[in-house]
Amino acid sequence: MSHEDVLNPTKLPHDPEKATLEGKNKFLAFWFFLGGETVLFASLFGTYLALNGSTQGENTPEHLFGLELVFIMTMLLLTSSLTSVYAMYHMKNHDFGKMQKWLGITVALGFAFLGFEIYEFYHYIHEYGFTFRSSAFGSAFYTLVGFHGGHVLFGLSWIVTLMIRNQKRGLNLYNAPKFYIASLYWHFIDVVWVFIFTVVYLMGKVG
Amino acid sequence: MAYNSKPAHHEEYQRKQHREEMKHQVLTFALMILFTFIAFGMVIMEVDTYFIIPTLIILAIVQVAFQLYYFMHMKNKGHDMPALMMYGGAAVALLTIITFTTLIWW
Repeated sequence: MSHEDVLNPTKLPHDPEKATLEGKNKFLAFWFFLGGETVLFASLFGTYLALNGSTQGENTPEHLFGLELVFIMTMLLLTSSLTSVYAMYHMKNHDFGKMQKWLGITVALGFAFLGFEIYEFYHYIHEYGFTFRSSAFGSAFYTLVGFHGGHVLFGLSWIVTLMIRNQKRGLNLYNAPKFYIASLYWHFIDVVWVFIFTVVYLMGKVG
Repeated sequence: MAYNSKPAHHEEYQRKQHREEMKHQVLTFALMILFTFIAFGMVIMEVDTYFIIPTLIILAIVQVAFQLYYFMHMKNKGHDMPALMMYGGAAVALLTIITFTTLIWW
């Protein structure tokens, strides 16, 4: 396949993200990376589970957490996962415009999630005086949830950059793997969030 | 190019396949929303403590499996290596969590 075919294909194949060797390599390597990310988050979850009882006073998980906010955040992130599925659906049907539109909705939902998370941390710090240094529970909580929030911010910047950079190029065999992999990353962020809302918030409320 | 000479009916067939897959993914999404409602509902209504934590964890694992197999296409062909990576990662993850918690709790 020549360079020209990659950048300006006359007709896109069924799986544009895996049509080139570069695309296939990116696909494999990215899943390898996600396996590593799983272990990274496991070490943060392990730390949290080990230390969430060391609260140094009354700022316990049960006292702090409000489920309404967490429920809204869960719905936002879960929906953004579906909208990025729609984006990839349109990519496979070679409809660049619709793909960009659905990615735009995904990004908007992601920013809404991030806004709620910032509000949540602000609330804990100013209303309860619960900070990173308050207790072992505080350190473990902000590290785990903050690391996830950092992933959300990185994922959003990644998708926005791809959208702007390729706006006038349209879909080709060079950028299709990039979009596909960014969407995998976005799904993985939701995978981690499912465990966060279960282990941190719901199990925290149960006690 | 092999894909340049594809007949039109083949294209139509693929679009139909994509539509079919999209339908499954929307169904998956509905189930994930349902599981989330059950999990939050159980905590808000304060179901018996011995029974609630294992149930919450199982609901989370099922939801994550849906996400991986349907949303991230792990059920499709050519995902043997991704599955190996994720199961490898999950195995080390489980071991890590057991190690950290037992180190401090015992």
